[in-house]
Amino acid sequence: MMMKWKRWALATGVLAVSAMAQAAPPSAAMLSNACAGCHGTNGGSAGPSMPSLASQSKEAIVEAMKKFKSGERPSSVMGRLAKGYSDADFAAMGEFFSKQKLHATTQVVDAAKVKKGASLQESNCGRCHLEDGREGKDDSPVMASQWLPYLQIQMEQYLSGKRKMPEKMKEKVDPLSKDDIDALLHFYASVK
Amino acid sequence: MTLDRRSFLKLVGAGAGAAGAAGLPMIGRAAELMPKGAKRVVVVGGGYGGTIAAKYIRMMDKSIEVVLIERNDHFVSCPFSNLYIGGIIKDLTPLTIKFDKLATNHGVKIVQAEVTGIDPAGKVVTTDKGTVSYDRLVLSPGIDFRLGEIKGYDAAAMEIMPHAWKAGPQTVLLRKQLEAMKDGGTMVMTVPLSPYRCPPGPYERASMVAHYLKKSKPKSKLVVLDANPDITSKGGLFKKGWKDNYEGIIDYRPAKKVTEVEPGKMTVLIEGLEDVKGDVINVIPPQRAGQIAVAAGLVGDDKNWCPVNPTTFESTKQANIHVIGDACVAGAMPKSGYSANSEAKICATNIVALMNGKETTEMSGINTCYSYITDKEAVSVAAVYKVAEGKIIAVPNSGGVSPADFSAAKMEAIYAESWLKNILTEMST
Repeated sequence: MMMKWKRWALATGVLAVSAMAQAAPPSAAMLSNACAGCHGTNGGSAGPSMPSLASQSKEAIVEAMKKFKSGERPSSVMGRLAKGYSDADFAAMGEFFSKQKLHATTQVVDAAKVKKGASLQESNCGRCHLEDGREGKDDSPVMASQWLPYLQIQMEQYLSGKRKMPEKMKEKVDPLSKDDIDALLHFYASVK
Repeated sequence: MTLDRRSFLKLVGAGAGAAGAAGLPMIGRAAELMPKGAKRVVVVGGGYGGTIAAKYIRMMDKSIEVVLIERNDHFVSCPFSNLYIGGIIKDLTPLTIKFDKLATNHGVKIVQAEVTGIDPAGKVVTTDKGTVSYDRLVLSPGIDFRLGEIKGYDAAAMEIMPHAWKAGPQTVLLRKQLEAMKDGGTMVMTVPLSPYRCPPGPYERASMVAHYLKKSKPKSKLVVLDANPDITSKGGLFKKGWKDNYEGIIDYRPAKKVTEVEPGKMTVLIEGLEDVKGDVINVIPPQRAGQIAVAAGLVGDDKNWCPVNPTTFESTKQANIHVIGDACVAGAMPKSGYSANSEAKICATNIVALMNGKETTEMSGINTCYSYITDKEAVSVAAVYKVAEGKIIAVPNSGGVSPADFSAAKMEAIYAESWLKNILTEMST
């Protein structure tokens, strides 16, 4: 009986004032929906300098947020925002975005570069950026369908030393030419 | 309109409360536009808040019918409209969205109509096209102006001294006036006391106007008459941006409250003490919640803004009516487009919970806001919000503004473009 009364009261708003006290802590969706203004609904970005978060692994999201929070990864607003969340919040967000399906983008890419990138990716990047970049090993990010300008900005930050490259990545990237890297980015941008 | 038997009977049975839709017109009552099924939310206002509330309720619960009522068939974004005034973007198309995909993708029912009244007890919205009943109502009406506080500033004066604080024809008018101004002319801009829509907006506008003057009319000046004692938002950044780029162009005068205008003389008066002439005058008047919220008795003791429950955004004045966006009092969250987006999702989440008899969820919100200083540099403010002791606060030790040395300003101009693209896409797809 109590339960029924409570449900009725909630449904009709009688408990509007006390509902506040009863509210559950922010859910994964509550935390993650707030990100969508900049990263797109369910983390599918339409903005060329903003990454899609949809289908990233939980580990990748948690690692990225921790590095934004500590300042290890350079950012404009992300570092300031990350400081507003706990590790448990990051895990909840990671859980939420990992469940969203890959956000396929259609973008202008150079066909010759895509072809070249396709031939380079398996041996150079494929151990961590799995399935043509549609998946990531451990905390490696999903690369497939990310916007080319976003990928170029990140690579520029890696190469200039502003963003620290993981050791394994550095071993692979160091021997590559600028054209090779450019081709790889075009390739990943083209994968759906 | 086709009616099944149940809704027909309901209409007839409801008697005087609902009339007309089935061919039973009743004198003095507008016809019901669409009979209500089991669960319906009506959303009023197709801007940064309303579109998102409508979409997210449908994303979370397809059993709730959502009707979005908006007077126009499109919406023009205020964010980025300053770039149009400054001539950096050439038309308003990238700032304009339509609502058709909210219907096709999410099943939101779009009604283009002007809301003329709300009956909180009967749970009915009256429009110029007929009435719409609701179980819960979301109002995202934006702002209206407190015109009584600036003597002489009426509808006719707005055509001479545009406010351009609701994007659309007013924005175009101000741009045209600025283009037509002679080199060596003076533009005057007035800023109302806080709170008003978009705290950094007036100062971004000043930056964009100054950018245009510097480039195209270098002998001209911009006088900013600010009722506030200092720049309301991102103060240090604007001051540095103006010093570095617009020295001698922007004449910023704090604590100058405009109380009267004389459109015939192109003059504004400051508390009866001083008058300032301009060749172009942009009056940003003091503001309050959209008229429809005021008329529905939703404003608080200040008579201007709507107090709400910080978890559900339900009005503390009227049950079953939720207010989001610029019109509401959301604690520490500023009156910004991104805040409205964030509030809409919090409100949607908890409306779905309440309508299903489930437990509500505490809010977690974000504001992210960019302001352009030049055509290639922007600065930002960002924050995360939560509820503490019944109030929305910024999470301590987080958030803040861009680095003071402008080291991120070029990148932030690029990020700002994607901000617009993503937030407008979210509102319209």
